[in-house]
Amino acid sequence: MNDTASRASDIRVDLLEIARVIEPGSTVLDVGCGDGSLLDYLVREKQVDGRGIELSPEGVNKSIAKGLSVIQGNAEEDITFYPDQCFDYVILSQTLQAMKRPDVMLEQLLRVGRKAVVSFPNFGHWRVRLSLGVFATMPVNKTLDYPWYSTPNIHFCTIRDFVNLCDQLDIHVEQAVAINAKGYPLPFHKLFLANLMATQGMYVITKK
Amino acid sequence: MIMLFFMEQNISTEIQDEGCAAVVNLGRDVPLRLDSGEEISSFDVAYKCWGELNEDKSNVVLVCHALTGDHYVRGINPITGKRGWWETMVGPDKPVDTNRYYVICINVLGSCAGTVGPASINPVTGQLYGLDFPVITIGDMVRAQAMLLDYLSIDSLFAVIGGSMGGMQTLQWAADYPERVKTCVAIATTWRHSAQNIAFHEVGRQAIMADVNWNHGRYLDGEDKPHAGLAVARMAAHITYMSESGLTSRFGRNLQDRDEVAFGFDADFQIESYLRHQGISFVDRFDANSYLYITRAMDYYDLSADYDGVLANAFQGTKTRFCLLSFTSDWLYTTVESRHIVRSLNAIGARVSFADIEMDKGHDSFLLECPDMDAVVRGFLQSEADAMEVQLP
Repeated sequence: MNDTASRASDIRVDLLEIARVIEPGSTVLDVGCGDGSLLDYLVREKQVDGRGIELSPEGVNKSIAKGLSVIQGNAEEDITFYPDQCFDYVILSQTLQAMKRPDVMLEQLLRVGRKAVVSFPNFGHWRVRLSLGVFATMPVNKTLDYPWYSTPNIHFCTIRDFVNLCDQLDIHVEQAVAINAKGYPLPFHKLFLANLMATQGMYVITKK
Repeated sequence: MIMLFFMEQNISTEIQDEGCAAVVNLGRDVPLRLDSGEEISSFDVAYKCWGELNEDKSNVVLVCHALTGDHYVRGINPITGKRGWWETMVGPDKPVDTNRYYVICINVLGSCAGTVGPASINPVTGQLYGLDFPVITIGDMVRAQAMLLDYLSIDSLFAVIGGSMGGMQTLQWAADYPERVKTCVAIATTWRHSAQNIAFHEVGRQAIMADVNWNHGRYLDGEDKPHAGLAVARMAAHITYMSESGLTSRFGRNLQDRDEVAFGFDADFQIESYLRHQGISFVDRFDANSYLYITRAMDYYDLSADYDGVLANAFQGTKTRFCLLSFTSDWLYTTVESRHIVRSLNAIGARVSFADIEMDKGHDSFLLECPDMDAVVRGFLQSEADAMEVQLP
């Protein structure tokens, strides 16, 4: 197995879903890029011109060591310093729920990027509903793996909430993918079913 | 037998560390025009280099040294008898790998370690310069380095790297010679000297000038040197290079060679003794006037000054790839300053990486063993060198 292949198989399945919607050769900003796995994959496999912002020092150090242009910083603050429409895509993967103001963040994503790819855990999933509705406790599972008192995820939303917010902010949903616990896309296109069955939602959005 | 083996090992590293060293006289045909408007002609520039130049001269790394540093990056420094100041960063298999890169470090203008400075002889008068030496800037230092590289027929720099005042030079290089600088690694540095930075330097300069032996800079041919003043300057500056937590963990309120305070003004505390030692050992290797000139150059440093105060404009259109590093405990050139540089670069779409390294040793962290810094610098340089297909020598 060559180096590229081993790297490709290393990235999480749900990240591959994001990578699928990125046009080769485009410019990409990954907000909250972690250790740079997705960005590294995009640079290698899709020849993108990629940049990243990451809060954790470990993530930043690993990303830079991979040769990625990543800066240590706070996503909500640092994104404001990029000029308008300077990226083809801005990616926000599994980070929206940790933002102080997810609505402002969505607007920033589409100010800086022509398109944004946003993925987030779906609080409407049936397991979450079961946990709250039947056991009356906050859900803790593989995707939502923090107890309520120490979670960095301060703004959970359901897929329906997200779609409603996009509506409010005049954001056009170009593509919506419901994703299961293993990271694979589900065949549900009805919002009701996606909101019930998906553990995460992935949206490609643009300004209307 | 074992002893002999080790001795041989030592000798071989010694030779490797030695690198090449030279002093070149520049500016005889075309003088160096300084920011002050003055010119210097026929001046010495000292430098050292390690590693080998590759065929297309694409593997050159310029290391820029800090205020009291010099070009003795590796190996024994003949002035101090101690090891070079950045052996953790530069050398075979180090982050700046001399097996791959041709590393050169040039002693700055105004210094007292080989390049022309106030302790040199003015070729016009045949006398020591002293305060007749023109006031210099970081831009002037960089221009002198560029003159030397021209002389050595080195056009392109794969990387310019430095910490503190060395970092200021790397940014100045990127701003003034964007086409020559492929990558720029600026560590624990700033884009302009703040009021607080200037204030600390002024304390140091006043300490030197208050020493009667300073004699308006005319002490060089006499017996008495302004050692007391220079030592105090060094002591004050040294505090700014360390962090409160670093000082506390290393010295706390520990007493020096005694069980209780002596109710006097001897060095009761270890920190006092340490600072006095720092001051006293500094005067043996550094010239007081050089200290005045170089601190002045740092105070005048403001990369945004020529660009209406907008730092981003200093780098407009740059293709240089930047890597900025700050240290969480550095209160001299704080993370905020590095972040401002990073955001300015982002604003113009430049390629920039930035890591704020967790380290509790203050500003001097960049000179110390720091695995996180090493990993970032190594990874950044390696991947850029691979991307640019920099060939081995």
